[in-house]
Amino acid sequence: MPVALQLTGIRKTFDGFVALDNAAFSAEWGEVHALLGENGAGKSSLMNIAAGLYAPEAGQMFLDDNPVRLAGPSDAARHHIGMVHQHFKLVRPFTAAENILLGNPISREDGSYRSKLRRMETAIRETAAELGFELDPTKRVAQLSVAEQQRVEILKVLLAGAKILILDEPAAVLTDQESERLLSTVAQLARRGSAVILVTHKMADVKTYADRVTVMRGGRTIDTVDPKVTQAAELVRLTVGEAITSPKRESRTPGEVRLGVRELKSSGAGIALNGVNLQVRAGEIYGLAGVGGNGQGELANAIMGLPALLDGSMELEGLGDLKAASTSERREMQIATIPADRYGLALAGGLSVAENFGIGQVHAGRYGSFWKLAKSKMETDAKEAVKAFDVQGVRSIRQKAALLSGGNAQKLVISREFSKAPKLVLAHSPSRGLDVRASAEVHGRLLAARDAGAAVLLISEDLDEVMSLADRIGVMVRGRIVAEFPQPASRQEIGQAMVDHA
Amino acid sequence: MEVVLNWLANSPDFAVPYALAALGLILSERSGVLSLGAEGLMLVGALIGVGAQLAFGAEGISLFLAMLAASAVSLLFAMMVIVLRVNQVIAGLALVFFCQGLTSLLGTLLNWTNQALTGIGAVPFGAMADWPVVGHILFNQNIIVYLTVPIFILATLFLNRSTTGLRLRAVGENPQAADAAGLSVGWYRLGAIVAGAALIGLAGAYMSVYSTKLWVAGMTGGRGWIAVGLVIFARWSPWRALAGALLFGCIEALIPQLAAAGVKLPQYFVLMTPYVVTLGVMVWVAMAKSGHDGEPGALGQPYVREERG
Repeated sequence: MPVALQLTGIRKTFDGFVALDNAAFSAEWGEVHALLGENGAGKSSLMNIAAGLYAPEAGQMFLDDNPVRLAGPSDAARHHIGMVHQHFKLVRPFTAAENILLGNPISREDGSYRSKLRRMETAIRETAAELGFELDPTKRVAQLSVAEQQRVEILKVLLAGAKILILDEPAAVLTDQESERLLSTVAQLARRGSAVILVTHKMADVKTYADRVTVMRGGRTIDTVDPKVTQAAELVRLTVGEAITSPKRESRTPGEVRLGVRELKSSGAGIALNGVNLQVRAGEIYGLAGVGGNGQGELANAIMGLPALLDGSMELEGLGDLKAASTSERREMQIATIPADRYGLALAGGLSVAENFGIGQVHAGRYGSFWKLAKSKMETDAKEAVKAFDVQGVRSIRQKAALLSGGNAQKLVISREFSKAPKLVLAHSPSRGLDVRASAEVHGRLLAARDAGAAVLLISEDLDEVMSLADRIGVMVRGRIVAEFPQPASRQEIGQAMVDHA
Repeated sequence: MEVVLNWLANSPDFAVPYALAALGLILSERSGVLSLGAEGLMLVGALIGVGAQLAFGAEGISLFLAMLAASAVSLLFAMMVIVLRVNQVIAGLALVFFCQGLTSLLGTLLNWTNQALTGIGAVPFGAMADWPVVGHILFNQNIIVYLTVPIFILATLFLNRSTTGLRLRAVGENPQAADAAGLSVGWYRLGAIVAGAALIGLAGAYMSVYSTKLWVAGMTGGRGWIAVGLVIFARWSPWRALAGALLFGCIEALIPQLAAAGVKLPQYFVLMTPYVVTLGVMVWVAMAKSGHDGEPGALGQPYVREERG
């Protein structure tokens, strides 16, 4: 039996950053092949090459043992390769049928546009029924739920005739039940002869659904093993590499309540925040776990002061109402924030490292009055902070912040936010997109802030991160905190809480 | 009564350049390319239309060459925004200034300035032209006025009822999705820019060949800019753009009628009204922001495939 898809010696760089180096991969017909690795391991880049979206700088690709060179995504579709991207590639104002028609061979056949659209709608209903789910092809994508949008993506590649199906982090946006349904559907496709490639970083999905698993790390292929016989611990070792000593979390008695949130509701449309109650005490890390999109972002924004429409109360001990405070008042309250969107909310990529560092205290007058900027003072401070917080890759303090790698950009944010001992730290997915080492350093900083007496609210979808850092763990589902667990908490119970209230 | 009749009969003549230019802009902007260069392309169309009419004396050839010339010039803009990914606002403004200079220069060098064209007039639409009132307003116009309606029908069918139109809109709404579906974002945008430019060139040639019947440097007088505003006003819908063009055409046709009736109204006040209306619509849309409002999702954004998210 020929190998469905084989990639060898693949190299790919982005602006000098090596994303893939000598990466290899092969999938056979009829199997679910998982591609496992951490964020930034190169999984998505490698699969984007297989889907014809990226052109590799070196290496070869084989389909059924024949060498091919893909000119683009349409070329890949002709070779029966289809990819469901992590960030959906759907035109939101279009209906599901219009979206699927776009690249489909039907669109090139004869007949009026209307008749093609009708045929597409019929085909969608039929294939959806075959796979055991429902989808209204006349609904606009913007009106569909995330799970439904993903179905549109899957139908799109299947109806284009894909036999090699690449799913990039399909479970990332789904609830556990939804992803269970989805994964058993694609497993069924593999039983019928297709090659299914599952890009993931979830060990459990690999264990349950994959026939084989290839592990990637740092842009290289590490190994391909059978997940049924390989221990989970071994898979973790392959994924993470040499054991990195995670920072030690010593238990200590927390102080009094620093942040008190009561019945916080967003009064806008939807159910973003639906009555959040939580307390974070001085000297403790409160970890907020949950599947993304259950209101965590809204809560983080509320604490940062971004939306205006909120009911309920939010108090900072000794300093009063946080809900009504302006962003500059929040700074005076010594709140340090590490937002999830590093470049959107925390850094101005086009400004220098020193300016990004100093901006937080310009308002307070540390760097001169309103017309004179004490640049040298800012640069001296920034230099010290960069050194103290070990921000690497700073050739000059005047270089643009956008040139820093993800981990170092995060460390720059932390160096600024922690430069005045904060009373409250809000960290939202602080290690997202960072490699293991940078994550460990970020975690160390959070623990240090806790030990210095700050109240730390850690919001993360990464349960491992929450489990290893938090003193108490809350689970957020549909805009509420549905359960709270003191440490040592059970992973199963937390996972169950996420599912039970979904 | 006479004033009103004349006013309404003259309105289509003023409305057609707005309508055609706006339609051209809609084509290109629905593919995601913000085209601010309409004023310049209209000048190119106007100049070449007059030049060709002076040289060959055949309206069909003049209009065709004017459209061709505007398309050719738009290739420069297309290269800048598609291949080099220059900021579309800057490239559009540069195109206007370039065309303004180029057309003034050529008009003078070739001695086309102030040369009146003769023998072009209204084409009565059979017996219907003799109908009372309606006949004079609707069926005693020149050929392009009649053609504008089928052009709009065709363009709307193309955009909303054809596979190619669907793809073009996909490129403008979400080029990443279009690319993943195997469409060439660059080629679709190129086609939209060139086809749009042809319509904008036709709008310019209409002004010089049919309305004023001569070439004067800068003769479009900001109508390309009004068309840009009109597209925003129409929220990128061809039919709303046609309605808006008629509205603006009526406003503009009112000036000479009022002057003839002895009403003193500053000309600039009337020229300002389309912009006031456009600003009003933009404020209204911004305040009533609800879901999809017609603006192409990727308008003005250059597309780079291998950008890391």
